[in-house]
This record gives sequence, C-alpha cells and structure tokens, in this order.
Amino acid sequence: MNLENRILKLITADAKLSNKTIASMLEVDEAIVEATIKKLEADNVILGYKTVIDWEKIGADGVTAMIDVKVSPEREVGFNRVAERICRFPEVRSVSLMSGTYDLSVVVTGETMKDISWFVSHRLSTLEQVQSTTTHFILKRYKHDDFVFEDPQEDKRLVVSP
Amino acid sequence: MNSIGNKISPLVKSIPPSGIRKFFDLVAQTEGVISLGVGEPDYVTPWHIREECFYSLERGYTMYTSNAGLPELREEIAIYLKSKLGVEYSPANEILVTVGVSEALDLAMRVLLEPDDEVLVPEPCFVSYAPGAVLAYGKAVSVPTYASDEYRLTAENLEKCITPRSKVLVLAYPNNPTGGIMSREDLEALTSLIIKHDLIVISDEIYSELTYQGEHASIASLPGMKDRTLLMNGFSKAYAMTGWRIGYVCGHPEIIAAMTKVHQYTIMCAPIMGQKAAIEALRHGETEMRRMVDDYNNRRKLILSGLRSIGLDCFEPRGAFYCFPSITSSGLNSEEFCEKLLLEEQVAVVPGNAFGSNGNGHIRCCYAASVTNLEKAIERMGNFLQRHGAK
Repeated sequence: MNLENRILKLITADAKLSNKTIASMLEVDEAIVEATIKKLEADNVILGYKTVIDWEKIGADGVTAMIDVKVSPEREVGFNRVAERICRFPEVRSVSLMSGTYDLSVVVTGETMKDISWFVSHRLSTLEQVQSTTTHFILKRYKHDDFVFEDPQEDKRLVVSP
Repeated sequence: MNSIGNKISPLVKSIPPSGIRKFFDLVAQTEGVISLGVGEPDYVTPWHIREECFYSLERGYTMYTSNAGLPELREEIAIYLKSKLGVEYSPANEILVTVGVSEALDLAMRVLLEPDDEVLVPEPCFVSYAPGAVLAYGKAVSVPTYASDEYRLTAENLEKCITPRSKVLVLAYPNNPTGGIMSREDLEALTSLIIKHDLIVISDEIYSELTYQGEHASIASLPGMKDRTLLMNGFSKAYAMTGWRIGYVCGHPEIIAAMTKVHQYTIMCAPIMGQKAAIEALRHGETEMRRMVDDYNNRRKLILSGLRSIGLDCFEPRGAFYCFPSITSSGLNSEEFCEKLLLEEQVAVVPGNAFGSNGNGHIRCCYAASVTNLEKAIERMGNFLQRHGAK
C-alpha cells in the first residue's frame, strides 16, 4: 500500500491523529505526512473533516429522512444533471445513484417532519425529471459511520496480567 | 502442627507467587491509571466468532467433546498449520485441543519429566514455564538471553546450560515480554545442539501471527525436528480470544497420546463453546485478524519512537505486543521504577524481573492500548524520567 493510502486509512478511522503520530506509525518524516495530506486536500481527495455526534444525548431535536427518488434520465447526461441539482439544496446531506427499483437515494435533514415534507413536496417532487418519491423517516440510529450508539467502550481487561 | 497450612505440599509452597500478582494489587488500588501492564489484546473477540458461539448454543451444542477435541477443529488446525508453517499433523493422533496453551504446557511437563529432569528456560519469558517444570517434579534451568542478541536464544548460551539431566527446551517466540522473534536461520543454528543432546522442544508459538517482520518460523518445520517438538498455539492473541481458553498442542503421536491420557483424567475436554468459536476463527477469521495485526504494528512503531524519544534504550521488538526498554538510565531497579512510576504518574508497566532475573533493569510495556493512552503514557513517563535522571 502506498503512503497516501496508508495515511488515508489511518485518518479515516481517526481524523484527529496528529501528523506526528501518523509519522511515527508509518516511520516517515512529519513533514512528509504534512505535505501528503496537503496534497490530498488540494486534489480534493480529502474533501473535509466532520465529527460524528450523538445529538440525542444533548437533547437536540431534528429529523432525518431517506428519500427514494425515481427520475427520468436525460439524453447525454443520464442522471447527473438532476443529481447535481438535488445536491445543491442545503438540507440535502447526501445523494447517491442506486441499483434496483428506484434511482436516487437522498438523505435530508430538517428541524421537524414538516420541514422535510415541505422540502419533498415543494422542492424535490416539483423537479421536472422526478417521477416519484418515497420518504422514510429515521426513527432511531444504532450505528453510524462505524460508531455504535450507546456502546460502552470501557476496558474490561485486568489492569495487569502476565 | 495442626495448622491447615501444614497440609499444603512443600513443593507448592516452594514456588514463589508470580511477581505480577504483587504488582497487580498495587495497580488495582491506584486511581486514574493508564495501564500498559496487560498481557492481552485490547480488542474484544470479532463479532462473527462470538455470533458463531451463540448459534452453536442455540442448536444445543452444550455437551462434552471427544478428549482430543472436536474432529472439525483438529482438521482446521491441521489445515492452518500446513498452510502457515508447511508442517503436516494428522488430526487423528497428532493434535490435542487444550484449555489454552497453559494446559498444554502443564501436560507436557507432567508427561515428559521425571524427578530432577531439567527444563531449559530462556529468560526473560512468560511466567509459567519454570513453575510448570517444578510442579512436575522437574528442575527449571534459566538460560539467559540478551538485548544485544535481540533476546534470541543463541547456541552458545544454550550450550553453557546443558547438562546430562537436560531433557526439555522451551522456546517461546515471538516472545513475551521482550517482543523478540527467532527467524528460520536463528532456529537452524540451534537444531544440531538440540539433536545432539536429544532434547524435546516445547515451542510456545501463541504470538506467531503477531510477527511484524518476515514470516513466523516454527522449529517444528526444520529437518529432524518435527518428532521432537511439541508445537503449542491457540486463539488468544491472534483472534483476541483470551477468555475462551482454547489452545492446542501438536507433536509425536506417542507424546500426544500420553498428554491426552492426563488431559482425559484432569480436564476431560476443552469447553465446546470455545471449540466451536475456534473453528469459526480458523475458517473465517483471517481478515479481522490481519486488521488487528496491522493496527498493533502501527502502535508498535508509535510506542517505540516514543520510548526512544524520552531517552529509553529499547531494541526494536518484531513480534507480540510488547516493548521491553532498559530503564537503567534512571538509576532505579525494575520494581522501584514501576512502583514510583505508578505512584507519581499513574502509569502501570510491569517490572522486567517478573519474567526472570535477567529481566531486571527493564520494564514491559504492552502497546495493546489506545493511541491516546499510549501517547499520554509516554508523556507521563517522559515527565517521570526528567525527575529521575534520564540521559
């Protein structure tokens, strides 16, 4: 595995690893780690860094829905143009082209269910390529981006053992 | 004279309690400790292995197995050893499934030793070999290994310790506590001596998968060595299955039969739940295991550069999950160092002399700990050394 991949593998699991730690783990100079990450950022391989948060723990409300969208592909551009249009709405968290019975999977967040239904009826369904939508509201999260919610991670090992 | 204590066998009384036990009590009483004193993975057993155990319980696998262990497990062990080491063992009569390598060690000593037979034990090493020999009425002879040899056993040092009563040699590589490994060439250098003195080798290879440079080599794979080697391994370290207590021993059918006889009368069989889980580990556990080993390797490099950066002299460990730095620059002996470090900086490491007298002047640091804790521990040890005369 080349250095870029090795660095990406480490920071995918933990974005907060310092360049110094990464350098020690991969036995390269800290300056090389720094330069490699800068290059990956400049090349848009690394798009950004976010935090995984259990918002429920601090009582923050909010609603997330996964919307299955059937669209009519367009000549020459297929699904790309409509997907790009949907991406531009700030309430849209992610957009993916899917195999199977529908075409685009769109994840949307809002403060209330009403926000989301308004988005679907006024923004999404009104796009001329959109044929139909099916909205699924997320009721509870158990695992997200590798993190299991409510998973006590305490070390159960004996403090000293042979 | 009526004291209950007098009923206890003098042989058992003669064995000192493990040096680790004393230190464990001290650590357990201290708050906020970062422990690099453990001897096991910081992972829990991969989910698919646990899941297979649940499934076997649901289907009612709660009975005894044959003494030697489930035939499917012995077959998987044979396949595994052939593919990893190129050594062929017959599942029918050359493999015995045990309650961890610990039971296999105990059986081997009991089966092989007559009173006062000598067991050559390269030190520093895991704590059980010498007491195991003594409990089987044998005598443990310490064979020193040195940091300058990267804790390999050399023919020269071995030969100095061989006597007409020498019967068994223990080889435990990758090594706990030093992290030292023995390459195929290193092992080849020992075989003529072993054959000349007609020794049986107990090869404890429990850390074999945790080898970070080259491939693990087993002495059993060398010419003329298979029949005189008892190859021991298990699932604890590679598959993060310490609490399941499943190990195995492979060797000459006559020795395995004798070990099975003792095992039959003392243990009957290893627990079936663990055996079922072990089958799953061997069939489908390679990917998860490689992921864990890669992760240990990252942390190995992190702790090694950290220990060196705070002024501790440390040879590069190429196996297991321990570093074994010298702490002589502090002017303290191992026990003083560990006690003071625990009380002053709340970092637990294990005194090197717990693993044999020539471990003194060293400490064992286990890097099966989170990156955050490793970095914090290094920082605290750095502070400690500032006060205690680091170079």
